[in-house]
Amino acid sequence: MFEGYTGYIVAGATTTLQIALSSLAVATVLGLIGAACRLAPNLLLNRVAEAYSTLVRGVPDLVLMLLVFYGGQTAANALLEALGLPAIDFNQFMAGVLTLGFIYGAYLSETFRGAIMAVPKGQWEAGWAYGMSRPRVFLRIILPQMIRFAIPGYTNNWLVLTKATALVSVIGLQDMMFRAREAGAATREPFTYLLVVGAVYLAITSVSLLLLKWAEKRYSAGVRMGEI
Amino acid sequence: MMEVQNSQFSSETAATMPAPAGLSPAGRVVKLQVENLHKSYGSHEVLKGLSLTARAGDVISIIGSSGSGKSTFLRCINMLERPHTGRIVVAGEELELVKARDGMLKAAREVQLQKMRSRLAMVFQHFNLWAHMTVLENIIEAPVHVLGVDKDEAVARARGYLAKVGLSGVEDKYPAHMSGGQQQRVAIARALAVEPEVMLFDEPTSALDPELVGEVLKVMRTLAEEGRTMVVVTHEMGFARDVANHVMFLHQGRVEEEGCPKAILANPQSERLQQFLSKTR
Repeated sequence: MFEGYTGYIVAGATTTLQIALSSLAVATVLGLIGAACRLAPNLLLNRVAEAYSTLVRGVPDLVLMLLVFYGGQTAANALLEALGLPAIDFNQFMAGVLTLGFIYGAYLSETFRGAIMAVPKGQWEAGWAYGMSRPRVFLRIILPQMIRFAIPGYTNNWLVLTKATALVSVIGLQDMMFRAREAGAATREPFTYLLVVGAVYLAITSVSLLLLKWAEKRYSAGVRMGEI
Repeated sequence: MMEVQNSQFSSETAATMPAPAGLSPAGRVVKLQVENLHKSYGSHEVLKGLSLTARAGDVISIIGSSGSGKSTFLRCINMLERPHTGRIVVAGEELELVKARDGMLKAAREVQLQKMRSRLAMVFQHFNLWAHMTVLENIIEAPVHVLGVDKDEAVARARGYLAKVGLSGVEDKYPAHMSGGQQQRVAIARALAVEPEVMLFDEPTSALDPELVGEVLKVMRTLAEEGRTMVVVTHEMGFARDVANHVMFLHQGRVEEEGCPKAILANPQSERLQQFLSKTR
């Protein structure tokens, strides 16, 4: 089947999944930092985080992808040179992951900000009133409760992110989409391969929906259903 | 422990206070001292120089109509609200405060503030039990993670405090699955678990259905009889009259009248308190 291109496409699917999961990890960290900065009692942090989310969300992913991939590399190396450090040759995988993570971190920072604000203020106050520091209240009291509020938006962003990994083919990464186009061109059966990769994207997103549904249930402990 | 005698009101009120535990007021240790607290929201001054002295075993009720500043005053004591000026001394240790850029005070050392807060347990109007934790987890959280008590010991103590508030057997329930009265009693157990110097109650029965108020007041009465030091913002005149040994009536951010509850509630001197009492009866 698929004239010997099966292994070729599967390898691409693996790359796609690796890019998606690594970008999600980067985006989650950036999103949490962004949300914490937006809500921190410090005007400078507020402004920087706001600028990040406004700029990134306002520019098309493809434009950012090219800008960050080419420009980001130059900027990073200029910075390293200024610090007297040797230049790094970003490989495409790293560049793709960092770019996608940077873009989706901005979206997730909004998701997380909303989720943090959805946790009643009294939960913070009870933590402070019993002598907990701000970071401790955030980690032990707020984070476990905000997950429930964040999951719907997080799921959404993950689905969009997974599909957006197809963009990394423009910077030359051999993801599933890149390979499907090549196979389609070589065999002159573009639709066959497009349908195949479409099905694989659908499979990835369907499995993730199940996992995230489970997580939502797990983090709704102590909540009466139908209460939100 | 050093005797602290400064504001004239504290010496005045001490004279009228009945002395729990058979000691004269002067013989009891000062657990909490708040001096000359001022706070404004914009140009509106909500606290106009309030002071309070609580000695070991005192139960001080703070009453007043809504907007009188009584909750704000209580929340300034553990710095959930930041006052503009004032002094706060807990069990002989003064909280170091510095003026922040916004004009309000803030703790000079965050660590000292945290330590002090853990010695002033607060019971909130809306309970504020941590929703993702079971009853037991709620009670042992601060002892284990703030005070560093061994977990097994904290659990054993937590069961004791639950029994004290009349709630044995609910350890594994989540707060959302309990009635308001039960949640508030769990919140009281959580407060007891840090073995505080002073307990602060912020309208503990105001969010409860009328038939649930009694069970919470009963627990608070037991605590008062044990000689715990309590500052209670309340609308329950019965509690203020029968359980407290000192009552402060606030009006527009000032103490309008204060003293022995039986005397001032039965025979209010100020017109404001007369009006207030005629409305609440």
